[in-house]
Amino acid sequence: MTELSAHLPQFQHGQLTENFPDNHLSNTNDNSERRRHDNSERRRNDNPESETNGQPQNNIQQVVEQDEEEDEELTLKYGAKHVIMLFVPVTLCMVVVVATIKSVSFYTRKDGQLIYTPFTEETETVGQRALNSILNAAIMISVIIVMTILLVVLYKYRCYKVIHGWLIISSLLLLFFFSFIYLGEVFKTYNVAMDYITVALMIWNFGVVGMICIHWKGPLRLQQAYLIMISALMALVFIKYLPEWTAWLILAVISVYDLVAVLCPKGPLRMLVETAQERNETLFPALIYSSTMIWLVNMAEEDPEAQRKASKNSTYDKQAPANQTQNEDAEADDGGFSQEWQQQRDNRIGPIESTPESRAAVQALPSNSQTSEDPEERGVKLGLGDFIFYSVLVGKASATASGDWNTTLACFVAILIGLCLTLLLLAIFKKALPALPISITFGLVFYFATDNLVQPFMDQLAFHQFYI
Amino acid sequence: MTLAVFFGCTFIAFGPALGLFLFTIAHDPLRIIILIAGAFFWLVSLLLSSLIWFIAVKASNPQDEPLQKGLLIFGVMFSVLLQEAFRFLYYKLLRKAIEGLVALSEDGCSPISIQQMAYVAGVGFGLMSGAFSMINLLADALGPGIVGIHGDSQLYFLTSAFMTMVLIFLHTFWGILFFHGCEHRRWWEIMAVVVMHLAVSGSTFCNPLYVGSLVPSYLLMAAAAAWAYLLSGGSAQNLWRFLLCLRSGASPQPRS
Repeated sequence: MTELSAHLPQFQHGQLTENFPDNHLSNTNDNSERRRHDNSERRRNDNPESETNGQPQNNIQQVVEQDEEEDEELTLKYGAKHVIMLFVPVTLCMVVVVATIKSVSFYTRKDGQLIYTPFTEETETVGQRALNSILNAAIMISVIIVMTILLVVLYKYRCYKVIHGWLIISSLLLLFFFSFIYLGEVFKTYNVAMDYITVALMIWNFGVVGMICIHWKGPLRLQQAYLIMISALMALVFIKYLPEWTAWLILAVISVYDLVAVLCPKGPLRMLVETAQERNETLFPALIYSSTMIWLVNMAEEDPEAQRKASKNSTYDKQAPANQTQNEDAEADDGGFSQEWQQQRDNRIGPIESTPESRAAVQALPSNSQTSEDPEERGVKLGLGDFIFYSVLVGKASATASGDWNTTLACFVAILIGLCLTLLLLAIFKKALPALPISITFGLVFYFATDNLVQPFMDQLAFHQFYI
Repeated sequence: MTLAVFFGCTFIAFGPALGLFLFTIAHDPLRIIILIAGAFFWLVSLLLSSLIWFIAVKASNPQDEPLQKGLLIFGVMFSVLLQEAFRFLYYKLLRKAIEGLVALSEDGCSPISIQQMAYVAGVGFGLMSGAFSMINLLADALGPGIVGIHGDSQLYFLTSAFMTMVLIFLHTFWGILFFHGCEHRRWWEIMAVVVMHLAVSGSTFCNPLYVGSLVPSYLLMAAAAAWAYLLSGGSAQNLWRFLLCLRSGASPQPRS
């Protein structure tokens, strides 16, 4: 899901710091959950500002009007930059996945299937295969729906520890175990001799730094790099273990589900977002890629600049709650830690708030004050689930297409254009939107069209060396 | 084959385009988006033309060689026409986009002009066209094999790379010419672009007689380059001054 983030100044730290209440639902093991988070994030934008309670709201509202026109221009002006801010990581993730698929044969070798897709596709008849893949996709989607509902329930009943634990375990799994397997396979492919001690050191360092960057604080680029890497690892797992027809069906069904879950009023993710907003909380932000983090410079109401800035994106209601939570405050903790960190550290029982002392302490931190003043630093977020499914599509295209590189390239361009359109819609509608449907639809259409129609044509042209 | 051929052909085919991209397009997000959208439009035109060709082939006798070749030639011509049609559609889209950008801008002018968009759109079309022609060849060039062992031309990879390069340049110039023609309602410019494109694609029917395809294409490229340069405000005087600046050591102002 993507959202144009309000740029409420936030602590710079490993996680997404936005004011989105629902940053992520933390089911980590299930990717779809991650995706869901994204959806929820997306959704957050839906709620009108009226949900914010507290006085900043009035200010926001006034400023909103005068900023609305400016906003209109600004959104488009900044739109191109945000699109590129998302193009680059999506492209990088896809490049990593395609490069791995093309070189490491492990990920294209059939070694069984996940338990979520129990039916095999090696059947005798085409009809049987179709039926099996439909059943597989149905089971996978039901698993996703169940997990999402479980997550919403956990969140509603404030079982933050469970969610948090789940998130940590799944990041651990990805950062240590999956990357260990990946490293092993890369070494096997290139016939590199390696001892366990070195590997242990490498994986340990990689994993620990990853955990710190993702769940706590770290340089923005490093955190973005880690998020891209874990998305690529997860996408590779899906590419390896999902049989062909099942994979395409799952992609199609998931984009429909995404559309429904993010936009329908009774969708679990929407409910999650609304609950988070009622509580003025941000959800677990470990599973969203953010293009920018802004140092916290001034979050106080006293700061007209920040407010104006905040209100610039005020159509995103998250800003308002964030504004508010910053005003009241309860934690007398060190201002060096972000709200996210505090959230994760405590059992939250109420809105996250920062004390004036903590704010002052943070302000005393060396900060890049230009960024908070600079509207160009407004960032945009995309859920990791979107990265994963885009990469699954392109990876599967490169693994199984007869058109090979042409198909891969076509799917890549289609996904980028879909992302561009989604961001355009985001700029127009100014509410959280699902990022999967348009891109995946284009991707699927281009995959099948290029593989079956364009490839024979290009083949014949190349054979005769004709150029069109 | 091997790495030398791979890198050589890659840089012959895509080197200039990469230079164009890095120096003129990469720094501006709006141009990158226009580039990718241009690539997308070219892709859609290719898809539709392949669809038509596919239907024609399926409806015909696969054993009949001359017929298949004839259908392929028809496919090529149809594809060229469709590409130009999509270039026109893209022009229309960009016009609307400019109006939107003007409406949304603070000072009433668009951050990018239609001429710049024409150039970027041309590069987009060219890059995608080149990529689709060349990428599978490059992937094969990495692997083992001997070019032309069955009697075909040994220069296959090299000529493909040169042809790709000239096509990328041509698409860039055609973009400029085409959009200029559309802007100023000069239909003969548009027709000239279509005719040039048909001529270049038609000349490739002489392959592997490369002198029949590469030489005319390069000549046409030079002509299109000069024409596009003149249309973009260049003149012999500008060129002379530019060269003089270089010689005198002063840094020339790059045209954006």
